Amino acid sequence: MVCHMENTLNATSHNPNPPGLYIHVPFCRSKCLYCDFYSVASSATIPAWLEAVQREMRLYGENEERSGGSGAKSGVKVEGYAEKHGEKSGENAEILRNFDSFNFDNFDSLYLGGGTPTVLAERDLAALMDSAHKHFTFLPDAEITIEANPDGLSAGKLKTIRDLGINRISLGIQSLSDADLKYLGRTHSSKQALDALDLIRFSGFSNMSVDLIYGLETQTIPGWKKTLDQILEFRPEHLSCYQLTFEPGTPLGKMKAAGKVNSIGEKLESAYFIYTSRYLEREGYLHYEISNFARSFDLKSRHNQKYWTHTPYLGLGPSAHSFHSGSRWWNLKSVRKYCRLLAEGKPPIESSEILTEEQLDLESLYLGLRTSAGVDLNELGGGLRVGNAFAELQRTGLVKISNGRILPTRKGFLVADSLPLMLNV
Amino acid sequence: MRNIRNFSIIAHIDHGKSTLADRLIQHAGLVNERQFRDQILDNMDIERERGITIKSQTVVLSYKSKSGEVFDLNLIDTPGHADFSYEVSRALASCEGVLLLVDASQGVQAQTIANLYAAMEHDLTIIPVINKIDLPSADIEMAKEQIDHDLGLDSDQVVLCSAKEGMGIEDVLEAIVARIPPPEENSEKPLAALIFDAHYDPFRGTIVSCRVFDGKVRPGDLIRLMYNGAVHKVEEVGFFRLFRDPQPELSAGSVGYLIAGIKTVADVRIGDTITMDSNPVESPLPGFKDVKPVVFSSIYPISSDEYPSLVDSLDKYKLNDAALVYQKDSSAALGQGFRCGFLGLLHLEIVQERLEREFDQAIIMTAPSVQYQFTLNDGTGLTVENPQYYPDPILIKSSAEPFIKATIIIPERYMGAVMKLCLERRGSNPRIAYPTTARVEITFDMPLAEVVFDFYDRLKTITQGYGSFDYELIEYRDSDLVKLDILVNGERVDALSIIVHRDRAREWGLQVCDRLKEEIPRHNFKIAIQGAIGGKIISRSTISPFRKDVTAKCYGGDITRKRKLLEKQKKGKKRMKMVGNVEIPQSAFVSVLKARDE
Repeated sequence: MVCHMENTLNATSHNPNPPGLYIHVPFCRSKCLYCDFYSVASSATIPAWLEAVQREMRLYGENEERSGGSGAKSGVKVEGYAEKHGEKSGENAEILRNFDSFNFDNFDSLYLGGGTPTVLAERDLAALMDSAHKHFTFLPDAEITIEANPDGLSAGKLKTIRDLGINRISLGIQSLSDADLKYLGRTHSSKQALDALDLIRFSGFSNMSVDLIYGLETQTIPGWKKTLDQILEFRPEHLSCYQLTFEPGTPLGKMKAAGKVNSIGEKLESAYFIYTSRYLEREGYLHYEISNFARSFDLKSRHNQKYWTHTPYLGLGPSAHSFHSGSRWWNLKSVRKYCRLLAEGKPPIESSEILTEEQLDLESLYLGLRTSAGVDLNELGGGLRVGNAFAELQRTGLVKISNGRILPTRKGFLVADSLPLMLNV
Repeated sequence: MRNIRNFSIIAHIDHGKSTLADRLIQHAGLVNERQFRDQILDNMDIERERGITIKSQTVVLSYKSKSGEVFDLNLIDTPGHADFSYEVSRALASCEGVLLLVDASQGVQAQTIANLYAAMEHDLTIIPVINKIDLPSADIEMAKEQIDHDLGLDSDQVVLCSAKEGMGIEDVLEAIVARIPPPEENSEKPLAALIFDAHYDPFRGTIVSCRVFDGKVRPGDLIRLMYNGAVHKVEEVGFFRLFRDPQPELSAGSVGYLIAGIKTVADVRIGDTITMDSNPVESPLPGFKDVKPVVFSSIYPISSDEYPSLVDSLDKYKLNDAALVYQKDSSAALGQGFRCGFLGLLHLEIVQERLEREFDQAIIMTAPSVQYQFTLNDGTGLTVENPQYYPDPILIKSSAEPFIKATIIIPERYMGAVMKLCLERRGSNPRIAYPTTARVEITFDMPLAEVVFDFYDRLKTITQGYGSFDYELIEYRDSDLVKLDILVNGERVDALSIIVHRDRAREWGLQVCDRLKEEIPRHNFKIAIQGAIGGKIISRSTISPFRKDVTAKCYGGDITRKRKLLEKQKKGKKRMKMVGNVEIPQSAFVSVLKARDE
């Protein structure tokens, strides 16, 4: 790895909110029943995808010059993008024109998500990381995360991952009850999960996140506590605890519609949520977002926070979303189409939107209210508009005020989807 | 002048009136194929969607008859629904003759008869036309027999056609020319023109539709509106040919429009007579019978700062719908609004939809009521059409509600179901007649309040569309009336109160509580909905609070989706009304009026 010191210094001096880079690896060994992320359960198209992602990097990156070392500009300025690659008409044209002004300077996070990025062979992973470094610049302390599943992890693979500069692993465990794992359609056992945790720690990763799911019919609160306790023995730096949702279109969603499975109901869901929050906070974790817990302030997911704060991020790969300066665009949800467009030298963008001031405000409000940092009263367009509704929310204990910010309480987190509406802005 | 014919088409709803009008217009070559669309005279969206005519429209057709003469045929399209019989009578006042349309498979229906009587009242020439003769179920002989028997018209005079297939259109036009008399030649007399409609054009001001009976009117003339004596200078006169076609003059017998710089909508009164300022007629034309609203409801803006805009919209709307009457009203729950009188429930729905669509008003309408009469212990009489003014029960000596004579014509096989429906709706004194074989005419005395909600819908449902219905008010009868209040978290929502017969109060209360439970979204606290008579709770339902609605994940792909959902919800929230701390959607106020599920 070459470290571009020059660029780094330049960048930090003029960019207080460095952007994040996301690469979507849409491949899995098999599809889990609840998952609504885009992925395919076949590795046949991996080579084509890899080539296409590298092309996509070239679309955005300044490429060749940088690796040459001399005359490298700081960051990625996508000059002339529209002329070079843009369609002449259509709704994406405006976004493409805007690319000229987007400056994806020195990333301080890279997130390999999926799918299951660890299904990539070691040499594919290496090629991917190499291209990323060739086309983009990263700050020296960048948070570089890879998502992984317990099956298919080996000491050798983990070593390669570490050698590639990846310093954070997000492991999808979901549960340590085999009945739960079967219900979710996971392909690993609880034993494999525990082994994977051991292996990750043994391989020297000091920043590990674990994904868990609660609120299953097959689960009980004591059973959930047992899973948490076993996980906590590994002292993960970060935990994501998701309540099971039945997304339409997923197998589990369809099973629910057909009455074959059920949700556990609002009362129990609330109980799980409150229990999890209290238990993990007592164990020293910060409940910093609806579903996310960090062992310290610095161990919050740097990359994910960009999504919640309108910090620029560039998403590569099928279905990946990008955001810059009030514009958002997203790629096609099909490996085949994604590869074809890139082969033709066209951006693989499915659609885009340019947010109005009002839309940005609405997003800031609802995203802020999903985090413990809350929302700055001053940024609420005067804050006074909230009026009576706000007093009512404070009275019912859904939010509190601290240092000029509205902070959702734990109870407020439970109704985070309607909090922005209750604030009546 | 001999070559003008003013005529209307009258028919029971769905007997093909608008289709025949379309065909006549096409025949006259007013539109080419490209411009043509179905229901060409129904230019309100709502008319096309519902397939009904609400407003009378006029159009001039040029027709070259078989004898080679060219005629100007003024077609005045009329609505078919019983609610709009007022529009029919206005149209008829401008005609010399009518086409009475009868569906070949359905035969004579309740409104066919009602419309026939209206035409007879105006002493018009009546041409019976049997339409839809192409249908496999057409029974021309039956229809002819009914025309003979039920209507007392000469069935040998019947013209056969299929408007849909374009059959017999020439025969219809020839019959108009041959049988309907031309208007009387009175162009030398002083001007007398009847205003039968008006609408507002933002560029030209008020556009008046009129029938000139005597005299003539030209641009530049100074005309006088007789009811207020206001004088205006005529800017333009002309005919309606789907667009405005300016003419040098409108002379006696013509039907057309007139623009005279009349700025304010309140200056024009439908049924008024226009005359010449310099040479006025002595007395105005007979005009129209005062239309009497039978159903009352209040209209409120959803947001109180939109009240001034509602005032303005109602003023403009009123110009185009003379049947609507309204006055100021206010409600503790809904603020400032208007108490309105309507011709019937369909009329109410139409007004609501047109205010929303054409005037972009977000409004709430309260439960419709009829006009009740109360006699107090001290002998004073009181007329109440607004539950807010229901008198203190201890002061009431007696109360009465309006009754109607309901006439229903149905195929015999539905008799049991229809009798049951009428009895449920407090119908009494049934009379049964068999005008022709296999058809029954049932007459009931019924409280008007029982039909204003959904009676016609229910009737159509249980008779699979074969039932036809018409009614006339007969008298007020004594009735045990109570006021039912609806409380949301202990707070009375005055807009939901209704006056109802004591025997029906509990059923109504239960229904409203159930409906509101479905319509009011869950809040983060418990909501109790109660129905009460005086202090006594007679029905209740509870909306449980929601504890949790958060969705677990929110990353790149979720952000836009989630924002869009919020935007939609925010929009929905704008259509909510706060009562205490409960948000009640606009739809909740409407839903309580909708059909009772049986």
